[in-house]
Amino acid sequence: MSSGLIAPRRPGLRPDRASFAQALRAEWVKFRTVRGWVIAMIVAALITVFLGIFAAGNLSIGCQSRPNGPVLTGRACTPHFPIGPDGEAVVDSYYFAHQTLTGNGSITVRVASLTGLYSSNGKGGQNPLAGMTKGLVPWAKAGIIVTDGMRPGSAYAAVMVTGAHGVRMQDNYVHDTAGLTGQATATSPRWLRLIRSGDTITGYDSADGSHWSLVGSTVLTGLRHSVQAGLFVTSPIYTVTAQSFGSSTTHGGPSQATAAFDDISRRGTWPAKAWIGTEVGTGAASPGTGIGYVRVTPGAVTVSGSGDIAPLATGPGASGPVSVFEQPLTGLFAGLIAIVVVAAMFFTVEYRRGLIRTTLAASPRRGRVLAAKATVVGAVAFVVGLVASVLAITLGLPRQRNQGSYVLPASMLTELRVIVGTAALVAITAVMAVAIGAILRRSAAAVTAAIVVIVLPFLLAVTVLPVSVAAWVLRLTPAAGFAIEQSIPHYPQVSSVISPADGSYPLPPWGGFAVLCAWAVVALAGAYVLLRRRDA
Amino acid sequence: MISATHVRYPIWAGSRGVLRAEWTKLSTVSGPAWLLAAVVAVTGAVSAAADAATRCPANLTCSVDAVKLSLTGIQVGQAIVAMLAVLAVCNEYSTGMIRVTLAAMPRRLIVLSAKASVVTGLVVVAGAFAVLGSLVSGALILPGHGFTAARGFGEFTLTYGPTLRAAVGSVLYLGLIAVLSLGVAAMLRDSGVSIGLTLGLLYLFPVFNAFIGNQTWHSRIERYTPMAGLNVQATTGVRSLPIGPWEGLGVLAIWAAAAVLAGGMFLRFRDA
Repeated sequence: MSSGLIAPRRPGLRPDRASFAQALRAEWVKFRTVRGWVIAMIVAALITVFLGIFAAGNLSIGCQSRPNGPVLTGRACTPHFPIGPDGEAVVDSYYFAHQTLTGNGSITVRVASLTGLYSSNGKGGQNPLAGMTKGLVPWAKAGIIVTDGMRPGSAYAAVMVTGAHGVRMQDNYVHDTAGLTGQATATSPRWLRLIRSGDTITGYDSADGSHWSLVGSTVLTGLRHSVQAGLFVTSPIYTVTAQSFGSSTTHGGPSQATAAFDDISRRGTWPAKAWIGTEVGTGAASPGTGIGYVRVTPGAVTVSGSGDIAPLATGPGASGPVSVFEQPLTGLFAGLIAIVVVAAMFFTVEYRRGLIRTTLAASPRRGRVLAAKATVVGAVAFVVGLVASVLAITLGLPRQRNQGSYVLPASMLTELRVIVGTAALVAITAVMAVAIGAILRRSAAAVTAAIVVIVLPFLLAVTVLPVSVAAWVLRLTPAAGFAIEQSIPHYPQVSSVISPADGSYPLPPWGGFAVLCAWAVVALAGAYVLLRRRDA
Repeated sequence: MISATHVRYPIWAGSRGVLRAEWTKLSTVSGPAWLLAAVVAVTGAVSAAADAATRCPANLTCSVDAVKLSLTGIQVGQAIVAMLAVLAVCNEYSTGMIRVTLAAMPRRLIVLSAKASVVTGLVVVAGAFAVLGSLVSGALILPGHGFTAARGFGEFTLTYGPTLRAAVGSVLYLGLIAVLSLGVAAMLRDSGVSIGLTLGLLYLFPVFNAFIGNQTWHSRIERYTPMAGLNVQATTGVRSLPIGPWEGLGVLAIWAAAAVLAGGMFLRFRDA
């Protein structure tokens, strides 16, 4: 096998390409003939899979089918959530004062006030509203909505005032556009308008009822000819999260919002009946109190409701045991440490035994040696990462479901991105460790530096640091790369704490991965410059 | 007349010379001094950065243990301590010095304990500076960020019992990390592998614990792995800790003792 090292250049190849192939081959032979490194890579894959299965199989879920009933575990506890038009799990519960709109038409209202109540301890008892504190949760919503139907998960478009985020137009659970800022009060009310024209719904807002501005427009493909339209109010769970060393504690409870609508005008084909009040999406999947009403007085309609119309998020505020697709990849950290050790030492041991001189004599272009080493380690790490993540997911997910956890659905492409992205994350991390090894030249220093820049920021972010600081750490350090594993996006229109432990990161998946790649490029550039400048 | 073969030297015989030899080995190269300086500087800098980034506005209640927050840098400083201890052992193997050392002092366990004493002593001294620096930066920064004693946050004076415990405990923590790393290094002999395993022991459990939902395993990991040692930094909510401050440090001490014992056994019964 070693004949390749001394074989004459093959005539067909350009000399520089041939010698890169030789350098690559030499590095590959070095890698695969050191038994310890091969064993370490296999151990890295095994430990990743084993710890992942362990984490997926130990979610510890218990539930009761009725108050004071026997405690159940396993699949009996799996909650069921409605699925939105785009395939994601959603929360869809609100109080709806509605009528049937046939064909095209519009509705215009004035929101004269929005007030609310929330529970900070979750102790509801017979009447959840008793013992609540006055105040609005930030994403309490009141406004007008056009929906395909009242089955939870139906396609919809709505324009609304919110507790603390001004006027918004939202549609199909995941889309959110901002309109006027400020709260709706008696002194500064908000006018809202929705126009349906075929499949297109357009939302407007106004601060005075005469000057209107466009908030947004959306196409709800396949919207029925007869839709339900009217006034809605909802108010999500109130949560306060306190993060302390090694754990975070969340307390909170349901909330309720009440809005006064007046100045209601409609165009199009509406029945001559009064508003029909319906509680949409009650039951176990609802985060609401289930106590809503519509009260019609001459010239005004008051609606009160609780719940949310939003994508389902993990973490505090999730109504039931919910977990994410990437949960079985938890063991990756352990495997990653083993891979980082091998990758850094793949360069540093050359210096310990003086092998570097032989290496550079055989391949004098030093950048080529660095590239060959990085390629070999990156490719091996990619394969190890791919095998480990495929095994961890295929073995872990069924256990996760058997525990009674609802695994948030993600599209096929997203699942593919999580699995392949994890392998790429492992590969880039390993390449960075090779570069750190080339820069520092000593095993202990290189391994320490690699672990400290990759694992430690993540550790600090999920344990000691306050949430806002942790978010910056996960944006700027190489640990940002773990965002590639995120299967459920972080939606700003859902109050949730950004917590990697619940599968949410401050950067989007590819953005975080790009940050890691940038670090790897900087490390490689540093290694290249130092390798060329220094004596070996 | 007693023949020389019958003389039974006490077990500590020659240990002063060994201590001196170990001290000479560490103090005559520049590496350890730089690493000790880095322990102080990095611990202080990371602690100060954590202080600077954390605020508690007047209208909020913050469940932050201010003294513990000001000691955040220990999380990073311990990596440098581990590196120092690992190198103290592994450099002997990579340079072949170990044969000279063992020829001069064939009692291998005494060599290891002398090395452990010198390294731990140095780490404790540097750790004291690192902890003091961290507490001083906390005392300077945190009250201005809303963490005042008047609002119930811990006092940054060593006369305040819990703060003293956190400070002394953190210094001892770093000393125990040195012993743990030394033991691991004596077992594995290779610096890269040793530091990888040591940092894995220190960093993996807290990361893994953030993801594990099972309360039984969660509290087992909190109580019985080396991460238990950091409970000694708690000054508030001590009753609700998974394991008491000193008990937690005790758990780490058991890990360190086990590692150094195993390292000693390997050193004693294996060819160098």
